[in-house]
Amino acid sequence: MQIQPILSALKKHRLATALIALEIALACAVLCNACYLIAGRLSAMRINSGVDETSLGFLALQGFDASQASDLNARVVAGLRAIPGVESVHVINSVPFGPQAGAVGITLDQAGKQFRGVPELYVGDPGTPKALGLQLVAGRMPTADDYQPMTTFVPASSRVLIARALAEHLWPGQDPLGKEFWSGPFHFRVIGVVANLAIQQYDEEGEHGAQWTAFVPAQPGPQLAGTYLIRANPQDLDRVMTEAKAAMARIAPDAVVDQEGSQTIRELRQRFFKTDRAMAGLLVGVIVALLGVTAFGIVGLASFWVAQRRKQIGIRRALGATRADILRYFQTENFLIVTFGIVLGIVLAIGINLALMKFFEVPRLPLWYLPIGVLALWLLGQLAVLVPALRAAAVPPVVATRSA
Amino acid sequence: MFAYYLDLAIRSLKRNRLLTVLMVLAIAIGIGASMTTLTVMHILSGDPLPGKSAHVFYAQVDGDPTPDYSHREPPDMLDYQSAVDLWSAHRADRQALLVDSQIKARSPDAGRPPLMLMMLSTTWDFFPMFDAPFEYGSAWSAQDEAGRAHVAVISSDLNDKLFGGQDSVGKSLRLGDADVRIVGVLKPWRPSPLFYAVRGGRFANGDTAGYYIKPEDVFTPFFTGLEINDGNFQPFNCWSPPPKPGHLVHSPCNWVALWVQLDSSAKVAAYRDFMDGYATEQKALGRIGYTETRLRNLMQWLDFNHIVPRNAKLQTWLAFAFLAICLFNTVGLLLAKFLRRAGEIGVRRALGASRRSVFAQCLTEAGLIGLIGGIGGWLLTLVGLWLVRRQQTPYSDMVHTDVPMFLATFVLAVAVSLLAGALPALRASRIAPALQLKTL
Repeated sequence: MQIQPILSALKKHRLATALIALEIALACAVLCNACYLIAGRLSAMRINSGVDETSLGFLALQGFDASQASDLNARVVAGLRAIPGVESVHVINSVPFGPQAGAVGITLDQAGKQFRGVPELYVGDPGTPKALGLQLVAGRMPTADDYQPMTTFVPASSRVLIARALAEHLWPGQDPLGKEFWSGPFHFRVIGVVANLAIQQYDEEGEHGAQWTAFVPAQPGPQLAGTYLIRANPQDLDRVMTEAKAAMARIAPDAVVDQEGSQTIRELRQRFFKTDRAMAGLLVGVIVALLGVTAFGIVGLASFWVAQRRKQIGIRRALGATRADILRYFQTENFLIVTFGIVLGIVLAIGINLALMKFFEVPRLPLWYLPIGVLALWLLGQLAVLVPALRAAAVPPVVATRSA
Repeated sequence: MFAYYLDLAIRSLKRNRLLTVLMVLAIAIGIGASMTTLTVMHILSGDPLPGKSAHVFYAQVDGDPTPDYSHREPPDMLDYQSAVDLWSAHRADRQALLVDSQIKARSPDAGRPPLMLMMLSTTWDFFPMFDAPFEYGSAWSAQDEAGRAHVAVISSDLNDKLFGGQDSVGKSLRLGDADVRIVGVLKPWRPSPLFYAVRGGRFANGDTAGYYIKPEDVFTPFFTGLEINDGNFQPFNCWSPPPKPGHLVHSPCNWVALWVQLDSSAKVAAYRDFMDGYATEQKALGRIGYTETRLRNLMQWLDFNHIVPRNAKLQTWLAFAFLAICLFNTVGLLLAKFLRRAGEIGVRRALGASRRSVFAQCLTEAGLIGLIGGIGGWLLTLVGLWLVRRQQTPYSDMVHTDVPMFLATFVLAVAVSLLAGALPALRASRIAPALQLKTL
């Protein structure tokens, strides 16, 4: 196949060629970036919470008097345990995808000089780590005397479990067991490391901090009341949750059951990522519409060229060109135009990505997204040109002998 | 002449229906996507207090005495002492302190379960300063405020829920453990965003949809609110843990907002000086550590908080990239279409039509495509807005289109198609008559 004659033919249609190439360039740029954004949203949605999501539910009561808290905890926990199918009930401050309840700035020294970010703390009563399904990778689980009473939001000095990611952040390459950190007057000593435990309100940009968490063992009391973790067999969970909400309204008629916030962790997760899912769906829709419009453009223009060159095609056929030659001519032509477009598109894609990085704090586009966009557009171009090219190949040689 | 061009355009569009449909569809999709996102942006980035936003200011002073960390920007809220000091000086035309908290409420008459509500504790100037409209009754009086009277203004939503929309002024409501008398009921009021509660946007990473929630259901006088809901206040941030959680008066926490109205630039300058003077004096007294102050007007404050959600912005960019692709597509197809009629145009030119009239004829055809595309685009915009409403964002209930947006759809559609038609029409008008006639 000779490219020279195709190029000189394209030179005659510089404007139309440039238009299609530009359209492809834009499509390529948007396609690469949109795919990348989708991948980002999807990977965010796969975050490992580190807890047994399918067996756990979260229940919240509001509007009770702090002086009644201990009594309320005792009655609610007893009432919830009585529901058939419930494996365990614990007082906990929050759960992954639940309300943000324990974000604190921490330092590695008591004087508060070596600031190390803002992890989220989980505070729970005896047995909570087991109920959550936390996986210990080093050290030990808290024992009965690690669970201390507290007067403010954590005990003054506590022995805690931390997530592996936080351990690596605070003490890279060192054994975290026995290490200490502070938050203002509160002191924490690490007794164990768990594989995963996600923060409560996961935040895309803070991905490095998505697992900066610690579990603080504590006794329920005025500062740890009204929020409960319930564990049941996955098949029973939905029924248990409905009964639990009704039971809480009965046990504590003076308090208000937070209907919105009392959900299984699976539902909390669903809700948490709802906008991400919607956005990913929207991006897929845009990509499909985009490819469709681009394909229409190629079909339209290629059809026009075929109609315009009917006579030349006839002459070529009369001079001995086969149908396959004609078909290949149009295919190669399309390939060349799409390639022009793609070269421009890659530059544009990187440009758009730089703009996104600046204005939307999106990370840099990995280069391997570019070949995906390139292949998709080559394929799209070839598919779109096929029908007009076949019509061109079907032009009989006898056309050459007709005058117009 | 225009009628004739229109007739020609309709004939031409009918001649090649597939191409016409493709072009109309491309424009309709592009316009539909762009107008959907533009309508959302129009709602999200509008001025929530038109005519007044330039005179309403948000005051920031840094009450943190601790010497470490960087303090380039004062925190987004004030500590109790600074807020009350600045407010009680009454140096502005109007000034309001604001604190939000959650409170348990019940109506004593109705036998319904209690419910949790958001309560705004604020000072009297709030209502006239922010143009809050009253359905029944009025705001509380200065005496009520000074006497810490148990009075409240409620939203129309809550009035519908508890009192069936009747005039409930004079009725009582139980907030926490206190009985308060209702003195006013607001009309439906939905500022977009809920500008006076905006704060912390720079830490939100673009996830700012929460700023478009509805106003609070209960409004109480500032000091009354602090009394009846004591123990249930949340700080914006603290430089050391509050001694008694939920009780923030005189605690080491920032949790109070101060809005002031200043009607002239001289007053703005004077207020800035007043704030700087206050900070310097307090630093000299050793109560605070930094003298940085800020006084941003409403729109500057919204801007500083990057108020428009990142997703909405991203969608707008996508929609316009999409419209650009549709535009290129239409240019290509129109070019093909016009040049295919080269013979016809050649004859017209030979018979005396000027270049200008060929150009006008081609543009008429492009404009007609735009108009039809605009109708399709309008329908797709309605579908798009319906989809946005289904997303259940806090601002979904506000997503509706209006007459200006309806007209904008058609203006945009015709403008885009004329833009797309200009180049092909120019090419068509350059066709040499003689060359075309020879090949006939």
